[in-house]
Amino acid sequence: MGLLSLFSKPKEAKLMRLPSGSFTMDADGKIMTSTLPQSFPESRMREIGQHVLASFRVARQAQVPLSEVIINYAALKLLARELRGGAIVFIMPQTLNQPGRP
Amino acid sequence: MATQQKILLLDDDQDFLDLYKEMLSQHLSCLPEVRTASSGSRALSLLESEGFTLLIVDLNMPKMDGLQVLSIARRKYPQLKVVVLTGIRDDQFRTRAYAMGVDQYWIKPESDQEMGLFMESIESLLSREAQGGFRGVQSKSLVDIIQLECLSQSSSVLKITNGMVEGKIWIQNGEVIDAEAAGITAEPAFQRILSWKTGSFEIFPADPLRARAIFTSYQGLLLNTAQAIDEAAAVIPGEAGSGEAPVTERLNNQMLLTEVSQMHGVEFLLIMGKDKKAEDYWGLENPKPVAHWVRQTVDSFRELGERLQVGEMQQITGTGPHRKMTLAFSGRSNLCVGFQAAATAEQIRETMRTIITKWAS
Repeated sequence: MGLLSLFSKPKEAKLMRLPSGSFTMDADGKIMTSTLPQSFPESRMREIGQHVLASFRVARQAQVPLSEVIINYAALKLLARELRGGAIVFIMPQTLNQPGRP
Repeated sequence: MATQQKILLLDDDQDFLDLYKEMLSQHLSCLPEVRTASSGSRALSLLESEGFTLLIVDLNMPKMDGLQVLSIARRKYPQLKVVVLTGIRDDQFRTRAYAMGVDQYWIKPESDQEMGLFMESIESLLSREAQGGFRGVQSKSLVDIIQLECLSQSSSVLKITNGMVEGKIWIQNGEVIDAEAAGITAEPAFQRILSWKTGSFEIFPADPLRARAIFTSYQGLLLNTAQAIDEAAAVIPGEAGSGEAPVTERLNNQMLLTEVSQMHGVEFLLIMGKDKKAEDYWGLENPKPVAHWVRQTVDSFRELGERLQVGEMQQITGTGPHRKMTLAFSGRSNLCVGFQAAATAEQIRETMRTIITKWAS
């Protein structure tokens, strides 16, 4: 059985856990630093960062400049702070057992 | 004759599919037809071509994972009941699955007893009424629960949640004695609660100290309410599905603007309708730039939420040097409230709660 298992195709699961952590992005959308695990793809960080930068940019254009934006989803909280044209983004997954959760 | 229930079972493990297909098709009293799929794409094509009552889905699968399947299935088939059956004991995935609207989340049974409980829960889920958008402890519609409570001469308090708005109905010895929702009480509150098309409810022990404010019998109340809802729906033909006519909505918005303009710390309010145009506003000379930010931000982060599979977007708060802004959403429209920069998080939370309650009502 052990020998057979060597030849069996490993199960390639794609399910991705959302990590807790933060990353910083410059004004050009380049990831500068990250405390997120390496398993969390950089492309996903860039995607989140682009949405955040776009929101800051449109707010500036609308004459309502913002230095911080918090997005609450049912299972995730994103907190982003403006950082010299870029941003620092905190990723905070929410769970049902979290104290203080409504 | 009732139609046969159909279950679609999705897992990448063929042995598991064979075992559970046999279990579900032979041991459930409704003798459902059970179909299987070993990949997300196969499951979605089966859902497209055949009608199913229930989808049982694993989460950890190659290529397309269970959350991706859930996200598509929930959007395309809102009436489909969905159960997650997985080996993953992780609170985050459980939270995300519930945030995406699954009915139940089960860890794959490891004993006879657990298997028995699982089968019972599936049996109960399949026996639920297909109609009614309310999900509650008894899986019945709100009217069903009120009738049951009254017929059995019970005393209880029903707490009904519709998005961010809450309502309560007090039942004493089989009679509805009071109701409360969105700042109104008694019969108008009862009618308001019953006009909500979706939501959830819980039953709490009776509150014997509650003073009686409704003196109509429960049958009369239900009849009056059904009549009021029918009349509201008939105001503008073709708008019945939305529950309220646009004219009524504009009037409600104006009332909300008047009330909010008197709230401490609020600088402006912008209500945007389904077509995302700036509909009604107060405190803004030109609402277009803020409306543009709201539109862009809501669309952008809603799309991000779908891609991250983290459930509905609930609220967005922005802080700037001159003011703070909070966005809230309902199925129909978006609300943007501007606060003075000095407003504290607690003040904003409390004010938003009040505004949302008034808005949703």
